[in-house]
Amino acid sequence: MLRFVVRRLLLLVPILFGVSILIFFWVRALPGSSIDALLGERATPQLVAQYKRQYGLNEPLYKQYGKYLERTVKGDFGVSIASRRLVSTEIRERFPATVELALAAMIFAMGVGIPLGFLAAKRHGSLFDHLSLLLSLLGISIPIFFLAIILKYIFAVRLGWLPTVGRVSVTIDVKSRTNFYVIDTILAGDWHALGDVLKHLVLPALALGSIPLAVVARITRAAVLDVQNEDYVRTARAKGLAPRIVDRRHIFRNAMLPISTIVGLQTGLLLSGAVLTETVFAYPGMGSWLANAIFNRDYAVIQGGVLFLAVVFVLVNLLVDISYALINPRIRYS
Amino acid sequence: MRRRMMKFAVVAALGAVLTATSYAAVSKLQKGGTLIFAGASDPTYLDPALVSDGESFRVTKQIFQGLVELKPGTLKVEPALATSWKVARDGKTWTFGLRKGVKFHDGSQFNAAAVCFNFNRWYNFTGPFQDASASYYYRAIFGGFHHNEAANASLGASLYRSCRANGKYTAVIKLTKRSGPFLPSLVISSFSMQSPTALKKYDADKGELRGSTFYPTGTYAFQHPTGTGPYKFQEWKIGQKVVLVRNNQYWGKKPGISTLIIEPISNATARLQALQKGDVNGYDLVNTPDIPTIKQDSKLRLVDRPQFNVGYVTINSSHPPFNNVKVRQAVAYGLDRASVVRSFYSGRGIVAKEFMPPTIPFGYEKNVKTYPYSPSKAKALLKAAGLSLPVKVEFWYPTNVSRPYMPNPKLNFEAFKASLEQSGFSVDAHSAPWRPDYVKKVNDGTAGDLNMIGWTGDYGDPDNFVGTFFQKYSPQFGFRNPKLFSLLDKAEATVSLKQRDALYRQANRLIAQLVPGIPYVHTKPALGFDKGVKGYVASPVGTEPFAGVSFGGQ
Repeated sequence: MLRFVVRRLLLLVPILFGVSILIFFWVRALPGSSIDALLGERATPQLVAQYKRQYGLNEPLYKQYGKYLERTVKGDFGVSIASRRLVSTEIRERFPATVELALAAMIFAMGVGIPLGFLAAKRHGSLFDHLSLLLSLLGISIPIFFLAIILKYIFAVRLGWLPTVGRVSVTIDVKSRTNFYVIDTILAGDWHALGDVLKHLVLPALALGSIPLAVVARITRAAVLDVQNEDYVRTARAKGLAPRIVDRRHIFRNAMLPISTIVGLQTGLLLSGAVLTETVFAYPGMGSWLANAIFNRDYAVIQGGVLFLAVVFVLVNLLVDISYALINPRIRYS
Repeated sequence: MRRRMMKFAVVAALGAVLTATSYAAVSKLQKGGTLIFAGASDPTYLDPALVSDGESFRVTKQIFQGLVELKPGTLKVEPALATSWKVARDGKTWTFGLRKGVKFHDGSQFNAAAVCFNFNRWYNFTGPFQDASASYYYRAIFGGFHHNEAANASLGASLYRSCRANGKYTAVIKLTKRSGPFLPSLVISSFSMQSPTALKKYDADKGELRGSTFYPTGTYAFQHPTGTGPYKFQEWKIGQKVVLVRNNQYWGKKPGISTLIIEPISNATARLQALQKGDVNGYDLVNTPDIPTIKQDSKLRLVDRPQFNVGYVTINSSHPPFNNVKVRQAVAYGLDRASVVRSFYSGRGIVAKEFMPPTIPFGYEKNVKTYPYSPSKAKALLKAAGLSLPVKVEFWYPTNVSRPYMPNPKLNFEAFKASLEQSGFSVDAHSAPWRPDYVKKVNDGTAGDLNMIGWTGDYGDPDNFVGTFFQKYSPQFGFRNPKLFSLLDKAEATVSLKQRDALYRQANRLIAQLVPGIPYVHTKPALGFDKGVKGYVASPVGTEPFAGVSFGGQ
């Protein structure tokens, strides 16, 4: 197991190298440059030429890449051209926000999706089954952006139950130790602030969780349908085990395997969905930050942010692989 | 089992909602004296001398003040930290009489020595501080520094020569040449007075180019910005809020709001919804399509920002037939500007006659040659120019953009295209995304014969508009007219307001005859507020102090 983990961690090196090359040349293949985006109407030819000289944008690309790689290896992701702050500092502040949102979305997706899929499979062909299929189809097909705006309009603007923007009300001060506000407020014993933070999480999590919810529900349904026709399930039933025990021990546990794979893969989707959700809810995480960076051709942010997310993605999938072994003791890594 | 699973699903779905709503009553915004205002993004940082963007100025305008400021809602320069000023005969020596008894937020005295300290600080910027990403406005107004770094050799000599404290409350500033825009440009937040003590104590003059972008390394610009303004800095949580509190020692009228929170919300729809919900009390940069929504909402109010922009059609005069003034005039007659402004600006635009808005207090000429829509006159001019109809014209417009002077470029373009085609032209349509291709093409002079663009000003001087466009040759217009160039040079180097007024009016008459481009609209951008907020007067230049704002009940 340890060797497996170490090997997978070592694999990170070529993966990150590949990602760094892709992202470096991709952002430069985008039309225009950060200079044009930065200066807008004020971009006189003289000012552009001077900026290019100063930003080293006149050098050949491979040289620029070499310098970038050298800095990155030293842990220097550079400075955001828009905020002028260190990319590493911004990641430290924003990443916990996105993790908190992604976790909330995942808890929602699994908490609703798994039971929904399970019940649909158990009542295969019933009205409930059809409704759940329809629901997951809707979940997959409604654009997150649209859903987010609709949710916000109903629950925040019309009903006034939930806030429209942000991570916490601006009138509340969260003493940030970990930058995970749920944890910070619990550590501080500030229940009022905790309530406010949770309230801010609800709508973005619902919007962001809609696609994973649909996927998880469908995969669960398919897996349960598959498993419940297996010989061992029939045997378990035949020997007179209570249905509840058959469901839990024999069906549910075996069906968990494909579900956990999907959960790992959905993490990537959550990160891309966060770009839209965070923008609509002005939620100060990595997603809204990257979206603005792409718009502004903020090279350092795009490169640093994407590289960081690539690491996260690989690590999450490693965790999922490890969790297989826990879910299914027959799987052994060596 | 099933029942239990069902319960689990319901609980999971509603759990968070219930937890949250149970707190709703408790965590209602504690309004009272706290005003929450939404801007579009965080400030860059809070040393006004080293930033040039509106969102930074929105905050620095509260903390800092300059020697002069704008009369609220206008472009008229009036006293702020200087109570009087006069310029000597030579036109280069400015004597400022300073306001007495003013203290910086750190308790240090504001006096002539502090004024000279600030001017000398800008003038003596070295290394990374000379980068345009740091001292953009200093470079734009004063040109060079005391010692220009090699990379900035092209900046040339500085407009600033020296500053002398004549007693405690008189500062004498010497310039190297006569300059008309000097005084009006001092309203730009970059030229605010900052506490010398705090600047030194918190290392404001430490900074470097990291990844080739200027970055202050001291704590001043992030944690200790110290001015004389109506609000004091309290806290900045990046991505979330800037918190400012009332300066109880403020020399002017005490601000009506005790705590001012500025929150960054980048999406305009999200800003509107935050206002509708009551999460914020006001916001800037209202999208034109949202204006009716705010107007119809009985709890909300729209505040106008006076016109300080111009939307125009560039004509590239560098090649035939557009090097012929008759053809350019034909284009002017062929654009149905009145119906574009009437149809696509929700009543917030006026038809422009000149390249500068009438809100600028001098230099605007009421009687310039105008070109009301007339296809017959356009055709006649084209024939007089010896051309056979239709005349082919390549016309560009931007996509993916909404500017105050051009909320929906495509609608403008289609109307213009139709009216030009009635007037003897055949339009070859081209478009490009605003960022980053379109603006670059316009500036390079490669965006066709005609293109749609515009400008929003920085300070209330004609030099900021017509000087920017027509004082020298630019590839965008491809237009040369020595008479106009020298007229604008002279207007810039003149100090007397009366003379400048005459010179710019003359320039505007000339521009209207020569038609290097066709201005068509000046618009009023809008801000949205809840009706409880009273006394907000929006400045044409885009940022304003909140000093006069208060909660006045519904």
